Amino acid sequence: MPIFYGTEVRSRLFLGTARYPSPAVLAEAVRQSGTDIVTVSLRRETAGGRSGGAFFELIRELGVRVLPNTAGCHSVSEAVLTAKMAREVFSTNWIKLEVIGHQDTLQPDVFGLVEAACILAGEGFEVFPYTTDDLVVAERLVEAGCKVLMPWCAPIGSAMGPQNVPALRAMRAHFPDVPLIVDAGIGRPSHAATVMELGYDAVLLNTAVAGAASPAAMAAAFAKAIEAGHAACHAGMLEPRDMAVPSTPVIGKAVFT
Amino acid sequence: MTYIVNGETVESAAATLSELLSALDYEGDWLATAVNGELVHREARNAVRLSDGDRIEVLSPMQGG
Repeated sequence: MPIFYGTEVRSRLFLGTARYPSPAVLAEAVRQSGTDIVTVSLRRETAGGRSGGAFFELIRELGVRVLPNTAGCHSVSEAVLTAKMAREVFSTNWIKLEVIGHQDTLQPDVFGLVEAACILAGEGFEVFPYTTDDLVVAERLVEAGCKVLMPWCAPIGSAMGPQNVPALRAMRAHFPDVPLIVDAGIGRPSHAATVMELGYDAVLLNTAVAGAASPAAMAAAFAKAIEAGHAACHAGMLEPRDMAVPSTPVIGKAVFT
Repeated sequence: MTYIVNGETVESAAATLSELLSALDYEGDWLATAVNGELVHREARNAVRLSDGDRIEVLSPMQGG
């Protein structure tokens, strides 16, 4: 199974915890997905509020590892402070680093991302950067200390699936030894299978599961697709060809005329 | 004194971050705090004396993708 910053995980599916109809539905989706890593976030707590505590308790009961994010941060300083506050709450050095550069596309600000990754890696964080499929940016992130890369395959929540398969393939080829996780843009299990067939180590999902009519059933479907794609990648797939090739041998075929 | 807590103006006699959190009925081991953009560790909240106009953030876990 894949190893991220020295930790071996039992699932190739990272599941987001947002946008579920209820905490019970979220819990069932986590169980059905088989995941042992969920993403979480931090928000302002109202005075006297207990909502964060209730959610924290739910996550603890699920017995999964958490990957806190810096979602919604648009500047390096915001992302760095949020990461530090997340470490305080969740007692983990893992951080899914998001520095958002564009309000509509939620495209990462890759310049800010590299800068924030450098600062956080220097402070002992184990950074999972939400990035694009740009190889030069990815190289800078690795130089900054990232030992995992998380390229998008389409905008967050868009459900469009892989928009640039050659770029994802190039990233896999360019970083054969860096664990790669596709984060953002997956809409259905076939999308997840596709990126796993390309040799990716894992997939991070949220809306595709949380927004399904039955999140628990969709979580189970994704788990199967991800395993299938991973197994196929290592089973040696045929390359497509232009001409038909008969699957049934023609030698020894009867001649009736 | 006047503090800005999570973007809201708050009048309080609290002199330390711990006192302010108690006065505002914040409790639990799941909170993270920052004063003027700097993280304040849980164990340092007693020692951090606040000044008029300080900006305080109090965050807690929530769902995320």
